Amino acid sequence: MEQLERVLETRELNVSMGPQHPATHGVLRLVLDIDGETVVKVTPYVGYLHRGIEKLGESLSYFQALPLTDRMDYVSSMTNNIGYVNAVERLFGIEAPERARFIRTMVGEMARIANHLLWLATHALDIGAMTVFLYCFREREWILELFEKICGARLTVTYPRIGGVRNDVSQEFLDSLYKFTEEFPTRIPEYETLIDKNRIWLKRTVGIGVISAEEAVNWGLTGPTLRGSGVPYDVRKYMPYDAYDKVEFDVPIGTEGDTYDRYRCRMMEFRQSNNIIRQCIEKLPPGPVMADAPKFTLQPKDKMFPITHPTKKHAFYIDEKVCKGCGMCARACPAKAIFGEKKKPHKINQELCLSCANCYVTCKFKALKIVPGGKGLSEEKLRELAAAPLPEEIKNAAGHLVEHFTFVKRGPRAPEGELYVATEVPKGELGFYFVSDGSGKPYRMRIRAPSFIHAGVLPRLCVGHLVADVIANIGTIDLVLGECDR
Amino acid sequence: MAVIEVRLSLLPKGLEAKEIAEKIKENFPDQVIDVAEFRDQVSVIVKKDQITRICKYLHDDPLLSLDHLQDLTAVDYSGKKDVRFEVVYNLYSIEYRHKIRIRAQVPEPNPKINSVVPIWAGANWHERECFDMFGIVFTGHPDLRRILMPEDWEGHPLRKDYPLKGPEKEWSGYAQVVELARKLKEFEWEG
Repeated sequence: MEQLERVLETRELNVSMGPQHPATHGVLRLVLDIDGETVVKVTPYVGYLHRGIEKLGESLSYFQALPLTDRMDYVSSMTNNIGYVNAVERLFGIEAPERARFIRTMVGEMARIANHLLWLATHALDIGAMTVFLYCFREREWILELFEKICGARLTVTYPRIGGVRNDVSQEFLDSLYKFTEEFPTRIPEYETLIDKNRIWLKRTVGIGVISAEEAVNWGLTGPTLRGSGVPYDVRKYMPYDAYDKVEFDVPIGTEGDTYDRYRCRMMEFRQSNNIIRQCIEKLPPGPVMADAPKFTLQPKDKMFPITHPTKKHAFYIDEKVCKGCGMCARACPAKAIFGEKKKPHKINQELCLSCANCYVTCKFKALKIVPGGKGLSEEKLRELAAAPLPEEIKNAAGHLVEHFTFVKRGPRAPEGELYVATEVPKGELGFYFVSDGSGKPYRMRIRAPSFIHAGVLPRLCVGHLVADVIANIGTIDLVLGECDR
Repeated sequence: MAVIEVRLSLLPKGLEAKEIAEKIKENFPDQVIDVAEFRDQVSVIVKKDQITRICKYLHDDPLLSLDHLQDLTAVDYSGKKDVRFEVVYNLYSIEYRHKIRIRAQVPEPNPKINSVVPIWAGANWHERECFDMFGIVFTGHPDLRRILMPEDWEGHPLRKDYPLKGPEKEWSGYAQVVELARKLKEFEWEG
């Protein structure tokens, strides 16, 4: 017996979990030191999905950086956009109109439901409840279809814009969304009956990953992960943005701070979000959906419509006396209709010309002349007509077009300063910290991603538990690696 | 094992950000360099030497109790300001609902600042990211390693002198992967 014991020495085992593990929600790698089944030490490795969004943001204008935020938390891209546009609006000092704010609140809550559905589906699947997964995806599909209805995209929406939203919502969309809010509360008990009092579920979640209120705050946790520990910190209540100060909702909080309480918190948030959506539909005020701030937002397209009119084809003509032959127009022409030698006046091949006005807006020397309705005329006739003054309507439209072009190219200029704006995304507090030096690009764009901070708390949650509980802990903090690595 | 829905009746707001800035000035008169304000947000610019003491005071003072470290990051003001780096702390009090921003100046040759991990445990990964992206060393940090970039990466990507498209030299890890792929090609199935 003595000899046998000497042979069967035990030692700690070093196991690498991920980055290609189905339960790590992406590419998270955990190096576990385990003693038998018990976890002794956890070292998370992140950064496999690092795309340098902060560095990219410094090189793009404020408009161009908006679609990047979709790619952070791709599960609820709508709320990421809302966080970004809110921060930029504060920086510019503009405010979205009332209707746009209500629409944003509404779609934000839809994204929250969609996110929590995906979370519940995968969390339950990780722990071993397959059916919930299928039920949740049924409803998530419904929401994604509604997203498709308003903006044409399901996942990376870019629907909220700086100064408002992309387009107004139709009555048909509101009706179908209202139908969803009537139907959805009857679906929540379906998930709950499956797992709420399920003995396996309780065994796997109750008392797992317990974190006290003070410790959770100290670790910087936010969102349902913090509220499960009993701290009612919700950015929507504490620093209201959009229309959250005009709708009524409660904040669910847990008491124990374990995986089960965090699960219950998110389940309660389903109902709250559903309520907020209903209130938004009922209270939705009429009015515009884009702020009237010509220096910071894009102006409506109909202002330049006379010049880009699809049926009335205008001809363009290059004035030989003014043209310096820089070749800018030739490069801008999509039809390659402009030709000519360098430093000599260029010419337009009228047969190839699409009348898109790209050459007109790029020319720095104002060598291009518009000939209204001059499509198909001869070269001589065009030269003759180009000398005549333009009608007022066309002149204004052309001015708007040039303005629009330079504005999009240069981007809006933000005032000098720095600010931090936080919004509540389904995962927690998403913060944007901007430092602006007065140019069209942010000097520094910092993103405080909740998943990044939550991933940091994993060692604290997992140590002392079993290996199987590591999976439950990854699920409970609602990790999306795209946001974590940015 | 009970979850309750609370209708929050929020407590009145705590101190104005300016008052907090005044308090810091009172307690650390030789540390505060400047106070800046933009869009109702106040930042206090301080020297880096006493940063742990200032943070400890802000965290522990019962009237301030700035217990939630919203964000910790750095900014590279290369060529714009005399002092190249600034480490930025965005602090918030969940109890009193007031906030303040602290900006500590860290000068250029081997940038160094004391770690605040003993005060906010959540600062751990933020500081690692700052080290990774800016090369600022946080003395007293329990585990200062690169976090988003690979261990053997050269340079600090968020510095202003770092090229946007990355360094010209390929990362050694990538070369290894290419080499491995080339070697494994002989086992490829050619059907």
